[in-house]
Amino acid sequence: MYRIVKKKELAKNIKLIEVEAPMVAAKAAAGQFVILRIDEPGERIPLTIADFNREQGTITMIFQEVGYTTRKLGELKEGDFLADFVGPLGQPSEIEKYGRVVCVGGGVGVAPVYPIARALKEAGNEVISIIGARNRELLILEEEMRAVSDELLVATDDGSYGRKGFVTELLDEVLRRNGRVDRVWAIGPVVMMRAVAEVTRPFGIPTIVSMNPIMVDGTGMCGACRVSVGGETKFACVDGPEFDAHLVDWDLALRRLNMYREEEAQALAYHSGEGGNCRCQ
Amino acid sequence: MPVSLKKTPMPCQPPEERIRNFQEVALGYTEEQARMEAERCLQCKKAPCRQGCPVEIDIPAFINFIKQGDFESAIKKIKEKNNLPAICGRVCPQENQCEKYCTLSKKGEPVAIGRLERFVADYELARGESELPTLPPPTGFKVAVVGSGPAGLTAAADLARMGHKVTVFEALHVPGGVLMYGIPEFRLPKRIVQAEVDYIRRLGVEIRTNSVVGKMVTVDELLENGYDAVFIGTGAGLPYFMGIPGENLLGVYSANEFLTRTNLMKAYLFPQYLTPIKVGERVAVIGAGNVAMDAARTALRLGAKKSMIVYRRSAEEMPARKEEVENAREEGVEFHFLTSPVEFHGDEAGWVKRMTCIRYELGEPDASGRRRPVPVPGSEYHMEADTVVIAIGQGPNPLVLRTTPGLELTKKGTIAADEETGATSRPGVFAGGDIVTGAATVILAMGAGKKAARAIDAYLREKGRRSHG
Ligand SMILES: Cc1cc2nc3c(=O)[nH]c(=O)nc-3n(C[C@H](O)[C@H](O)[C@H](O)COP(=O)(O)OP(=O)(O)OC[C@H]3O[C@@H](n4cnc5c(N)ncnc54)[C@H](O)[C@@H]3O)c2cc1C
Ligand SMILES: Cc1cc2nc3c(=O)[nH]c(=O)nc-3n(C[C@H](O)[C@H](O)[C@H](O)COP(=O)(O)OP(=O)(O)OC[C@H]3O[C@@H](n4cnc5c(N)ncnc54)[C@H](O)[C@@H]3O)c2cc1C
Ligand code: SF4
Ligand code: FES
Repeated sequence: MYRIVKKKELAKNIKLIEVEAPMVAAKAAAGQFVILRIDEPGERIPLTIADFNREQGTITMIFQEVGYTTRKLGELKEGDFLADFVGPLGQPSEIEKYGRVVCVGGGVGVAPVYPIARALKEAGNEVISIIGARNRELLILEEEMRAVSDELLVATDDGSYGRKGFVTELLDEVLRRNGRVDRVWAIGPVVMMRAVAEVTRPFGIPTIVSMNPIMVDGTGMCGACRVSVGGETKFACVDGPEFDAHLVDWDLALRRLNMYREEEAQALAYHSGEGGNCRCQ
Repeated sequence: MPVSLKKTPMPCQPPEERIRNFQEVALGYTEEQARMEAERCLQCKKAPCRQGCPVEIDIPAFINFIKQGDFESAIKKIKEKNNLPAICGRVCPQENQCEKYCTLSKKGEPVAIGRLERFVADYELARGESELPTLPPPTGFKVAVVGSGPAGLTAAADLARMGHKVTVFEALHVPGGVLMYGIPEFRLPKRIVQAEVDYIRRLGVEIRTNSVVGKMVTVDELLENGYDAVFIGTGAGLPYFMGIPGENLLGVYSANEFLTRTNLMKAYLFPQYLTPIKVGERVAVIGAGNVAMDAARTALRLGAKKSMIVYRRSAEEMPARKEEVENAREEGVEFHFLTSPVEFHGDEAGWVKRMTCIRYELGEPDASGRRRPVPVPGSEYHMEADTVVIAIGQGPNPLVLRTTPGLELTKKGTIAADEETGATSRPGVFAGGDIVTGAATVILAMGAGKKAARAIDAYLREKGRRSHG
């Protein structure tokens, strides 16, 4: 059992939890993820490591409540326990001194970008960060990102804060303005990552995205997490989750994410209908 | 009274009923049936059956106890050698092992050794907590076991019974390996597996789930942090795909994913259990081993109207156990031989709908001694399928291998280990089970675990002598 030592609401439906898992914290690196299961009938869900504290032996995750499991996770309190927690999984981000890098985070994707930006900064890079959300209320980790970036740009879809528009528009400007950008990281919804790939492609800038396919074991045992990269099938949980954005088959990635739409709705309906302690609408 | 030429039949759920539930198909002997079957054993002096048992069970001795109605002594006799009898009695291919050598099989059917083993194991489980053997005083040595499949569990149990302190590291959230995630509930109830695992815990073995070796901790770190030896039993858990167009369409599963969702995550209880699975009306399972049979039978229970085995060789070459093929046939699984897909086609939403298959004919025998399937040019045709399960085999998972420098591998990517001892190229590191042999059987994995435990014990004692001398 793994204890939740801290919980915080960062924005509507976006929550942070910090979980005690010393062996995972000892090894965790930016770019990796964990898989957790709340209880026995529960599903195994992957969440990116948003931060880790080796001394205290904790892992921080930031998640958006999108379905049954994430909503239920959002209802847990400090002191509650998770049945299962396994990690660190996947390959760490390749942190090097590249020169000038741009880190793009969209929505809850800002959370996994944060440790990467921090590590890139520590490695001596000039870090320009671009973060975005639908509106001001949904923007997370602004201060944290600012602290690890040489420059921080913000966009909101509705213009309630920062630039009105998408992060890709800001990215395009940054690329035009700065003669040279050596690498771009982008994490967020699949459509955003795909758009980033299209913005950087003409500039020929190596671009890394973190894929979030549906997973089961997270150790290379099932193949649920297949992604197609440069025409080759990869298992995101062991070969990734980070891949070259210019080689990813985005249509496939989008389709595979929606594979269980009906079942996800059914699960939500079934469990909210039984009137237990679940407060999902 | 002359010995009957036939095995005493074992009661089963009738096919039309069982394809609608996940309960166990074979129901096991009653006491009378077990004693009747035990009566058939000739108690041969040389006991040829024993040479077919990879874990060296004294078969006539335990059968003799059953004959006398002393079931407790019977199970004790088995447990001298086998820590997982309720599992082996259900899933071992006895027809290729003990029963193959049984004297009676010259004239008729062999003694149903597997069913008898299952009977006494279940007898003990039904009576609650089983008796523990007396354990020797602790040796002070610590051993790490990686993987909790039959190889790891057997090595762990034997090492514990030799007085060593054993910790098992398991990547998944429950121990048991393929026994939990692969083999379906209707063939091997999960409570039986967990009862056997509990027995191993009670021997003093600590099992740490959610622990991926190679990620959370490496083999070298285990050796640096107080473990005197490591046994690697990580199995053959990497699913092979065919590498043909359309394989990533929605509805195309690896057998591992299909079975893991169903067995480990209990998708058949969805939405009460939260992991979903999608099964259409026409399910095509590619391959014809035990894994394929399990997938095809699982598909029926999940509601498929038609479940088909698609295999590029003929009925004779099928690697699955005869009994499993028989079970599948009874349940209505269709067999399509000498054919295999070359492409999958989907609808607009990306769901698989159809396969292009090509016919095969059998040519000269290949390395495996089976006749090689040769594609017939121009024989392509379509076959409708809205769910496809690829069950063409599994290989070694590289997580541990890649993170253990100096560990020699074979050409197949499995660990190179001594057959008798499990010793690898790294001193203090032993290996056994599917990670060494490639996908094989429960009992061979257990046999390897057993041999490795003996070798690890010898290694530790030698190490002890050297550090004291
Ligand atoms: C490597 C990785 C890292 C991730 N990191 C984060 C993160 O840091 N923060 C965050 O909010 N989300 C993250 N996700 C997504 C998160 O796992 C899903 O939102 C979650 O599983 C949804 O579960 P649910 O029951 O609440 O919703 P559901 O209603 O079950 O599903 C909602 C959507 O989530 C996706 N999803 C469903 N089940 C799974 C599954 N088992 N594995 C992966 N995706 C699934 C599907 O696209 C689905 O349409 C990550 C996913 C991956 C693969
Ligand atoms: C569907 C199916 C049906 C089968 N039916 C039969 C049958 O009827 N009869 C029969 O005799 N055999 C059968 N087999 C084969 C048999 O199950 C295997 O040969 C046997 O389980 C191998 O045992 P093992 O201990 O080597 O590995 P496994 O049972 O594969 O166990 C390996 C364990 O190691 C864990 N692991 C892997 N990597 C790591 C890591 N890095 N860190 C920590 N843990 C790790 C895995 O999660 C797993 O729990 C079947 C196999 C399948 C898949
Ligand atoms: S060979 Fe058959 S008959 Fe002879 S002892 Fe073994 S089980 Fe009994
Ligand atoms: S999640 Fe199973 S192989 Fe990646």
